[in-house]
Amino acid sequence: MKDNINTDEPLSNDELLARATGSEYKYGFTSDIDTDIIPAGLSEDVIRLISARKGEPEWLLDFRLAAYRYWLTLEPPTWAHLNIPPIDFQAISYYAAPKSKDAPESLDEVDPQLIDTFNRLGIPLEEQKMLSGMAVDAVMDSVSVHTTHRERLAEMGIIFCSFSEAVREYPDLVRKYLGKVVSYRDNFYAALNSAVFSDGSFVYIPKGVRCPMELSTYFRINASGTGQFERTLIVADDDAYVSYLEGCTAPMRDENQLHAAIVEIIVEDRAEVKYSTVQNWYAGDAEGRGGVYNFVTKRGLCRGDYSKLSWTQVETGSAITWKYPSCILAGRGATGEFYSVAVTNNMQQADTGTKMIHIGSDTHSTIVSKGISAGHSQNSYRGLVKVAPGAEGVRNYTQCDSLLLGSNCGAHTFPVIEVDNRSAVVEHEATTSKISEDQLFYCNQRGIPTEEAIALIVNGYAKEVMNKLPMEFAVEARKLLEITLEGAVG
Amino acid sequence: MTDNLLTVRNLRAGIEGKEILRGIDLTIRPGEVHAIMGPNGSGKSTLSGVLAGDPRFTVTGGEAIFHGVDLLALSPADRSHEGLFLSFQYPVEIPGVTMVNFMRAAVNAKRKYLGEAPMSAADFLKLMRQKRAIVELDNKLASRSVNEGFSGGEKKRNEIFQMAVLEPCLSILDETDSGLDIDALRIVAGGVNKLRTDKNATIVITHYQRLLDYIKPDFVHILYKGRIVYSGGPELALELEEKGYDWIKEEVDKQ
Repeated sequence: MKDNINTDEPLSNDELLARATGSEYKYGFTSDIDTDIIPAGLSEDVIRLISARKGEPEWLLDFRLAAYRYWLTLEPPTWAHLNIPPIDFQAISYYAAPKSKDAPESLDEVDPQLIDTFNRLGIPLEEQKMLSGMAVDAVMDSVSVHTTHRERLAEMGIIFCSFSEAVREYPDLVRKYLGKVVSYRDNFYAALNSAVFSDGSFVYIPKGVRCPMELSTYFRINASGTGQFERTLIVADDDAYVSYLEGCTAPMRDENQLHAAIVEIIVEDRAEVKYSTVQNWYAGDAEGRGGVYNFVTKRGLCRGDYSKLSWTQVETGSAITWKYPSCILAGRGATGEFYSVAVTNNMQQADTGTKMIHIGSDTHSTIVSKGISAGHSQNSYRGLVKVAPGAEGVRNYTQCDSLLLGSNCGAHTFPVIEVDNRSAVVEHEATTSKISEDQLFYCNQRGIPTEEAIALIVNGYAKEVMNKLPMEFAVEARKLLEITLEGAVG
Repeated sequence: MTDNLLTVRNLRAGIEGKEILRGIDLTIRPGEVHAIMGPNGSGKSTLSGVLAGDPRFTVTGGEAIFHGVDLLALSPADRSHEGLFLSFQYPVEIPGVTMVNFMRAAVNAKRKYLGEAPMSAADFLKLMRQKRAIVELDNKLASRSVNEGFSGGEKKRNEIFQMAVLEPCLSILDETDSGLDIDALRIVAGGVNKLRTDKNATIVITHYQRLLDYIKPDFVHILYKGRIVYSGGPELALELEEKGYDWIKEEVDKQ
């Protein structure tokens, strides 16, 4: 008989969770595609060059230059609960596009290696995937490579194309809405994006049209040392409906990459927009080297009466996340929703949340935020619920939960409530919990290994938000949560 | 002796440097029911925790051979896969995780361990339905979070339900009677009896004779100060009920 010591050495909760959160980035690879890069640095000349390469009209160049000149007067924001290393904005290259200049007519013309990369990421760009009902506008680096289902959508009057194409084909629409929800004067990164934005997506759903499929865009950073400045503009006209999916995975990188996107959404009378995000930019290694800085301004204007905007986000990636998808509820009876799961691991930092600005009467908003922190990460919820003096009968419900895996991570909440109308009903609930050793042992005793138990518990905790995601996305997102927390029990 | 299901020899264990089990010897054969009784603090729950692999306890000596396998060398999950089940005295709540997802993870983890493919959704739901009936749990159970908001009786019935699904060869019922009214006790005990075969065995840990009226033991052991100080047949439980533990304590403490 061997010695009498229990070889199944008991691990403390912290040790188990430290292992559980030590997983490597699954999507860490780089594809060798020639990219056409403008030299690093930012100046009026660079902006003119970007605009010229894209063949933009004068008014858009003016918009960029005005934003740039305003940006020069600003300092990066420091109010978030984030430790951001100084960024050398002159060391960043502001434009990178896949080499083939002419837009491809079919998949055959697309660089096979690009297709391979998308396939490895499981991105449905192939014919059979298109038949599954998704229109995919795949953005690699900055220029749209391929757009599907365009014709079918066009028959219904729906416009779904790259931002550059929209500027060429629908300049009046773009000019009418660009910068109307997120002004270039909004914040430092919004000004920067407005000056140098490369490409993105444009969606217009005409009056009374329900978009028959989920519109989906996969963003991906793939050129070393280039920033990514996406710009998305979605307009839902009266009685229109659209569900838009944004998802991203990025290859492994050593140096930090800046990602400063803008999403603007306009929702007219009785229209509804659902915007879902799964964000998995490279988060850096376990020591916090590398990783994407994700500084995003997302905002929707529910301008129409009884309009509705719903944000759902699953944030697992990026070294630093600074992001507050918000709703301005201006129309009477407008509804705003924000459902968020934010996972931080290792050295990741996230400061995310929402703003619900109630301007119209009878406007309602719901906020459900689920933060999950592991490793040495810091995870903050920051929210504002504001009720304007003239807004009667406003209701808000906020639920803000934090789950801690281990004791070296942090969870913080910064909720701000400003109510200037006495008829408002504003509710706020918050909880903080930890996965207990008892829960893990209970799962173990039933035969569920620790790693799987953590995934089960985390998915259970985040369920309320995951259930808001469209079906195809929910499966992917659940897998992502598991991957993020993988690596327990060697 | 190869037909023993569990052989425990001189098992010693403790928590935070304090020794609680001071040399347990116990032999269990298939088909048997063993009751372990004893006053508070005698080490009953430590014994069940140590056998199941609760990481709070540290084994300091002895061995436990479970149908030929070195039990103490296995992870808690593998002990479960090998057929050991612990009905918890205080079942743990897991908010957000539905019973159906929890049990599916448990069943498929075991099948994976045994090299079998995951169970189909249809077969699994059928299994849940069958086993639920054993402890008269209603079908709302499947969509409820594990033990969350369950009454004391529901929690214990849920433990026996899980035991029914996992079909262990050795079940340890840790104070399963605590907090149960007489009707719940009858249902829980009835469930345990229905699951008895000549292939599996049960360890019933209890304070009171009451549960043993429903689950008839073949052997009764008295645990005191971390040792089994008395073993006998079912009549020992009745004697304890009548005379309490003091006479045992006196006798042992005299030695």
